[in-house]
Amino acid sequence: MPVRIGIDVGGTNTDAVVLDGRAVVAATKTPTTEDVTIGILGALTDVLREVDVDDVSSVFIGTTHFINAIAQARGLEQVAVVRLATPPQSLLPMLDWPGHLKSVVGDRFHVCAGGAQFDGAPLGEFDEVGLRAIAKQIAESGVRHVALSSVFSTVNPEPELAAERLLLDELPGITVTRSSRVGRVGLLERENATILNASLLGLAARVIDGLEQVVAQAGIRAPILLSQNDGTVMTLERARQFPIFTIASGPTNSMRGAALLTGIENAVVVDVGGTTCDVGLLQHGFPRESTVAMSLAGVRSNFRIPDVLSMALGGGTVVSEDGGTVGPESVGYRITTEARVFGGSTLTFSDVAVAAGATPMGDPGLVAGLDPATVRRALEVAADRVSQAVEKAKLQASDTPVIVVGGGAPLLAVAPGLTGLVIPEHAGVANAVGAAFAEAGGEVDRVYNLLETTRAGVLAEARAEAIARAVEAGADPDQVRIVDADDVPLTHLGGGSAVHVRVKAAGPFATTTPEGN
Amino acid sequence: MRIVDEEALNDITLGSTVLGSGGGGDPYVGMLLARDAIRRFGPVQLADVDEVPDTANLVFIAGIGAPGVLIEKLPRAAEYERVLGELERFTGTKYDFVCPAEAGGLNAVTPFATAAARGLPVVDADGMGRAFPHLEMVTPTLYGGSATPFVMVDEHGNTMFLESASNSWGEAFARAAVLASGANAAMALYPMTGAEAKQRLVRGALTLAQDLGRSIREARAAHTSPVDAVIAKQGGVLLFTGKVEEVERRNERGWTIGRAHLSGLEGDRDRTMTVHFQNENLAAERDGVVVATSPDLIMAMELDTGEPIPAEEIRYGYRVAVIGLPADPHWRTAAGIELAGPRRFGYEMDYRPVEEFAR
Repeated sequence: MPVRIGIDVGGTNTDAVVLDGRAVVAATKTPTTEDVTIGILGALTDVLREVDVDDVSSVFIGTTHFINAIAQARGLEQVAVVRLATPPQSLLPMLDWPGHLKSVVGDRFHVCAGGAQFDGAPLGEFDEVGLRAIAKQIAESGVRHVALSSVFSTVNPEPELAAERLLLDELPGITVTRSSRVGRVGLLERENATILNASLLGLAARVIDGLEQVVAQAGIRAPILLSQNDGTVMTLERARQFPIFTIASGPTNSMRGAALLTGIENAVVVDVGGTTCDVGLLQHGFPRESTVAMSLAGVRSNFRIPDVLSMALGGGTVVSEDGGTVGPESVGYRITTEARVFGGSTLTFSDVAVAAGATPMGDPGLVAGLDPATVRRALEVAADRVSQAVEKAKLQASDTPVIVVGGGAPLLAVAPGLTGLVIPEHAGVANAVGAAFAEAGGEVDRVYNLLETTRAGVLAEARAEAIARAVEAGADPDQVRIVDADDVPLTHLGGGSAVHVRVKAAGPFATTTPEGN
Repeated sequence: MRIVDEEALNDITLGSTVLGSGGGGDPYVGMLLARDAIRRFGPVQLADVDEVPDTANLVFIAGIGAPGVLIEKLPRAAEYERVLGELERFTGTKYDFVCPAEAGGLNAVTPFATAAARGLPVVDADGMGRAFPHLEMVTPTLYGGSATPFVMVDEHGNTMFLESASNSWGEAFARAAVLASGANAAMALYPMTGAEAKQRLVRGALTLAQDLGRSIREARAAHTSPVDAVIAKQGGVLLFTGKVEEVERRNERGWTIGRAHLSGLEGDRDRTMTVHFQNENLAAERDGVVVATSPDLIMAMELDTGEPIPAEEIRYGYRVAVIGLPADPHWRTAAGIELAGPRRFGYEMDYRPVEEFAR
């Protein structure tokens, strides 16, 4: 009986679940440790009591490591940026970056003649001599990671490939991240994501070594897969090269987990944690993605990231004595010592919810004497905030179900006016369930020249390529499907000569799908 | 004259997206270019049209190309610094002021790159008071102003000087040339005197953009409605509040053409609206009745944030306020409606001033 293990390494808790098909057969929640592998080993040891280690077919891990590294500007390494374009450029790499991040990643960039036009034709002659001189400067600086971008490399990757060959030849031992493998059309945004990826490579090597060791230590010999932003997974081998693809896996996993635990594919999902409450929309089992440029810790990117509204409302959120003010401060992971139900002196959202009859935690007797007016007022404030966020997340006025997950899910059950909430069993570990439920995916994002073909021809080609990429990534060829397709004609060109196509395919993992599912 | 610094530039950029009426291109890269120029050369002076001497020479500065291309093949300061000198070389005239052709979208701010480098003031005016897709669709055309002599320069070192038979021919040649160059180039066009500018231009276009941008920014900060702030600004009319149900979009002759269908929310429950667009929003029908057409401005703003939504990006699920602003009086003439009214874009509709719409 093959089972899969899902692990979610969050800022506060490390959760693990064992899934047999869609059924949760074991679940645990342990505190995240400074050395996260200790927490992971603890969680794995817990759940492996329930199943035979030889039955584990795969381990899916979602981690906030890399987004936290960017947010805190910690563990990042210096990067040299090389852009193939027409020099001199005016809108330089890292133009709009926050100063602290720029100073950690280094403000080192070079422009070399090269790149492509929108139709793939060369933009200018590739300046090989110039690039060798740039390589020499990079060698002298001692920087080991290069972020390489090129104008319209999403249409014609050849200039980036040629530059990569030259740089690896001149600079043995360095890493090169090519922008066409990282991002979409939009040079500045794609370049930003490429630079962040390059700066994460050293950390990725250490983190992934640690994950491999700890899973082996637990006696598991199954493959390990890492959650990506879009609800699909990648191998550790790929994750070593593209850690940037993990940065929004947290919200994605909790929303995918909500879908799996309830069987509801279209809903608003409210994920209640210790400090925040994330509200997003689930459409056909996948999170609705943002349509605008997303900021990653102040850096503009064009990643497709779940459109999630984050509010300062969680189990540890501090409540004023009269109940009129809820948050934004939170006691966070210190909830187990500072909240009233745990014998502490700070009034938190957990305390008022337990006083109102939510699933007990700590010693409910310690909050039995709270002024009912305080309790009512605080719950009203919280309920009002959640309803507004839910209304905002909805795309239509109809009765969209609302699923509540996360460690703090039971707290919302007692909030007034929030009726019809769906709080599934195992709501607290929805993240880990989502991680284990991930699919294999493939994406095409490119501008096509329409001079020698038709739009229909281009779309068919893009769909076939996205499906092939998903299958290559491990998707079951019989179940792979197109999950997102979108084509935008490029305007002002005359003759309708180019179209920007985005297609995404995904399917359940062929090798890890349990029989009978 | 007053100074345009970085904060003013940010407000102009945001406001220009409103004036873009769904088109005009994302001004983000234009803002970066102008901001870079201001950081290198210092703030730029903004001159009222009345401060421009009758005998002074001025010229429009504008980027031409495809909005989808210039987020990749990024505009460079070098072209905006070079373009004016090239026109001067051909015409033998020195230009004292530069001016935006189009205060809607990206081209509201591109002249600042030229102005900062050359130490010239920007004129607080434009040739549209909004965005339009063709270079002959400017108010000087209504008064016999000529687009040429003009100059186009690109990053590959090409310079094209043109004298055209008409402004439509100017558009045709410019479009062909920019396509050959790779769909991103800088132009200096419509050279004119101060006296002509006073007669022909849309006055205060940049101040309007800045006011709109500031109103949205302040409304957001105060948690009041950015949509109301925009309407209050300039005799605007709330045409509809609703949700986008369906968008039909097709590509014809290189232009994005389509319709967005909306169902009503709040006071417009049980009503429908259709917004017709060709790069810019050009007509709006409410329950099948035409309530606004070009050259008046029609824009969709996201209900909560007030973010103007480009016609290229509008899609199912957006909750929007559709608002109309009256076009500049230059456009509300028989000649103006012929040049940029609904029939010019192929819609069998008559122009209807947007303020006639009343609930």
